[in-house]
Amino acid sequence: MLSLFLIAVALPALAGPFEDAVAKFANDEFSDTEEAIGAVATSGNPLAYPIISALQDGRLMADPDTKKVFVTGTDGNSIDAASGATVANVPDSASAVRLNNRLRRSVDAALGSLTLMSPDVAMRIQAARSVFKSHEESALPVVEKALAKETSRTAKAALGEARAAILLYKADASEVDKLKAVAIIKARGDQEALALLTDIGSDQPASVTKAAAGAIGSIQNSLAVWSMVQNAWYGLSLGSVLLLAAIGLAITFGVMGVINMAHGEMVMLGAYTTFVVQEMIRTRYPALFDYSLLIAVPLAFLVSGAIGVLIERSIIRFLYGRPLETLLATWGLSLVLQQAVRTAFGPTNREVGNPSWMSGAFELGQITITYNRLWIFCFTLAVFAILLAMLRYTALGLEMRAVTQNRRMAASMGIATSRVDALTFGLGSGIAGIAGVALSQIDNVSPNLGQSYIIDSFMVVVFGGVGNLWGTLVGAFSLGIANKFLEPVAGAVLGKIAILVLIILFIQKRPRGLFALKGRAVEA
Amino acid sequence: MLTKSTHGIAAPLSRRRWLAATAGLMLGLASFTGASAADDTIKVGVLHSLSGTMAISETTLKDTILFLIDEQNKKGGVLGKKLEAVVVDPASNWPLFAEKARELITKDKVAVVFGCWTSVSRKSVLPVFKELNNILFYPVQYEGEESERNVFYTGAAPNQQAIPAVDYLMKEEKVKRWVLAGTDYVYPRTTNKILEAYLKSKGVAQDDIMINYTPFGHSDWQTIVADIKKFGSAGKKTAVVSTINGDANVPFYKELGNQGIKAKDIPVVAFSVGEEELAGIDTKPLVGHLAAWNYFESIKTPANEKFIKEWQAYTKNPKRTTNDPMEAHVIGFNMWVKAVEKVKSTDPDKVIDALPGIEAANLTGGVSKMLPNHHITKPVFIGEIKGNGQFDVVWKTPSLVAGDAWSKELDGSRDLIGDWVEKKCGNYNVKTNKCLGSGS
Repeated sequence: MLSLFLIAVALPALAGPFEDAVAKFANDEFSDTEEAIGAVATSGNPLAYPIISALQDGRLMADPDTKKVFVTGTDGNSIDAASGATVANVPDSASAVRLNNRLRRSVDAALGSLTLMSPDVAMRIQAARSVFKSHEESALPVVEKALAKETSRTAKAALGEARAAILLYKADASEVDKLKAVAIIKARGDQEALALLTDIGSDQPASVTKAAAGAIGSIQNSLAVWSMVQNAWYGLSLGSVLLLAAIGLAITFGVMGVINMAHGEMVMLGAYTTFVVQEMIRTRYPALFDYSLLIAVPLAFLVSGAIGVLIERSIIRFLYGRPLETLLATWGLSLVLQQAVRTAFGPTNREVGNPSWMSGAFELGQITITYNRLWIFCFTLAVFAILLAMLRYTALGLEMRAVTQNRRMAASMGIATSRVDALTFGLGSGIAGIAGVALSQIDNVSPNLGQSYIIDSFMVVVFGGVGNLWGTLVGAFSLGIANKFLEPVAGAVLGKIAILVLIILFIQKRPRGLFALKGRAVEA
Repeated sequence: MLTKSTHGIAAPLSRRRWLAATAGLMLGLASFTGASAADDTIKVGVLHSLSGTMAISETTLKDTILFLIDEQNKKGGVLGKKLEAVVVDPASNWPLFAEKARELITKDKVAVVFGCWTSVSRKSVLPVFKELNNILFYPVQYEGEESERNVFYTGAAPNQQAIPAVDYLMKEEKVKRWVLAGTDYVYPRTTNKILEAYLKSKGVAQDDIMINYTPFGHSDWQTIVADIKKFGSAGKKTAVVSTINGDANVPFYKELGNQGIKAKDIPVVAFSVGEEELAGIDTKPLVGHLAAWNYFESIKTPANEKFIKEWQAYTKNPKRTTNDPMEAHVIGFNMWVKAVEKVKSTDPDKVIDALPGIEAANLTGGVSKMLPNHHITKPVFIGEIKGNGQFDVVWKTPSLVAGDAWSKELDGSRDLIGDWVEKKCGNYNVKTNKCLGSGS
């Protein structure tokens, strides 16, 4: 809207410095583009904002032959960048003006000072933030003007911080102003503030240097506390991924006692189901993309669960009570499944997109929480709760518990134990499939997906105590948190080794894991 | 009891021996027919994993060689004979690489082998190629510190990829602080050692270098990305140099995108991320992150456009991407063909001696040359990731860079050169004028 308004008031101008600057965009040289950005941004011409924002979005087209530059609007209409006149269509020889990272920073800084007066509050705040980052001296008058007019509290705070950043770096600013600036930046208290204070250089008055050093110290202290909180959250998040991957195994291995090496492949099949669902949605119903995961969850459960039942009926039921043979048979099966998927879908990774509600992050205090991890955390807890409820309150759950506790007694009570076996294995596999839907959001969807989770899953189940779902929960979260507190100290590789050593020691002390089953069932 | 059991063992033993003898006879016959077939065709071995973890990268290279052989045969083959590919699958299993290499050379009697991806697979087949005296073309960027008589390295040495990339970041992006992040194995470790020495020689302080290793297939990058963010907020421009391998890249880039690390704040330059790896991610949050290669699919030259068109026609897939190791195979294959035609023989000794000095056009408009150290000259490009999964070249070296077998930055290898033309030595010390023996 703003740009349309600006275009309407733009007068047909004669060739002048602005037109020359705009023509430089057509040279396809980064240095020329940079000069053009600077000249256009400071020109005061009402076309500056549409040009620079089009440049940012890749909508600024330049024709290298005629040196004409065009702005294509989001609505499909195009204008000539130099005159503002509407053009019918952009010539085919024109291509988008290229940017590199240095130019992207210039564009940000330029847009920052151009949008400080924008009627949109969110844009003003964003503009103030990019001025804070670039702290260009030239932006000071605009910032002060905007500050005087500003009514929104958050925008005012952001503008105040931007002004403080500029003053702190301005060579001829007064000592009082600079000290005030340090205080404002200190109050902001995040890593960007820290960066700004650390970099002020040595040519500052002594009092400012001292105040900055004090501010750095206090920011660092508060950040250290926040980093503990952050580690704890990362630990919970990793724990939830471990738990999700391991719940299915807690049933097939923990409850049924089947050493199922093909568990990871059930996860992988779930991830590929998500891929197939998303492909269908992309080609037929693109509007449903945000719901693709919700659609994929039940389908993944059915696909993996059905394959699980098939495996149990055709292979595993002949091998009950023979753990070594089961291990080898399921290991072989995992290779077969991997290669089958590789043949069907190709060896390369498949792209599974994040729906919009799973992309990005939000700030909580000084830590960043990404939406995909947060949702996976909630999802895991939900799956766990549903599974517990199912085992406790449904007839199938009752039968499962009966068969695992005493198979012969259950059989003589009229429970069809072999049917229950098949369903239990199917349930475990189905849950692994659901895990695959969630893991497709954070990991590769490739035939090897399952392999990276199988060892971790066994680790969680054994550590938590075989046959106990609560043990799996506690085991997963304690391994996750321990891992994330070790990682910053020892590094990812050593951290992982340390965890394995700790588990070995723990198993020596408590061979049955955290929550050992007690009673006669254990001895059987 | 005793006699009975002896008998029990002896009987199958003799039967087994008989079986072995027949098998030997049949093998002999097989190799005899193989030899007669070899008169009509020249066999080319393809040693790339088609299953297991590395299949993701190596399958394409197998297809590339099949495509090149097909094209060559359309032109009438080599020395009037058709080329015939012998494809084996070492299944991402390092010892199996050596076994399959032996099979290719002794059983199939191939004239040359194109293969391997990881350094450990190359190291595992080295003794086989030396013992049986055959030729291996190795198409992947690697850590250097090697020059073997039987191996021709058509991928980049560190001075053809890592060092120019760091130079670019220093000059263009004014980077002062460095995160060297890699997967924990030999290529990242050696490359990072070289880069660390190089950065220090340029006056970067130890405090401004952070080195981080992660296990293969690492998928939880939250802590490391947060650490990078923290390291980057010390007020100096920071960049990440990534030697993260294969599958771990997708979750790494996803985490970067989600935590909002933009390329304009902390750019990541990667040495193992190409068009194929990006196929698995939504690249919109990654626009502006960098990769250093000797070839990009998006480079507009007539040779490249022709190659892409023919490749997509051959694979019957109009979306099939091309990448850097593929181009390395194209160069290597053409060099081998030229060398064979020059000496009019496929005898490995003659071809090995003929290869240094052979020139072949690369796909980016230059002409690469095989050097006496068995590495080639290549241009270096820095590309920025675009929203469509391709790269936009933002910088390139003014001329082709000669590959160094031995890094100039490391104390242990500064004085070494590989020279198989005059010195006949892979690790000749120019200070002491002595050959140290084997080349790795």
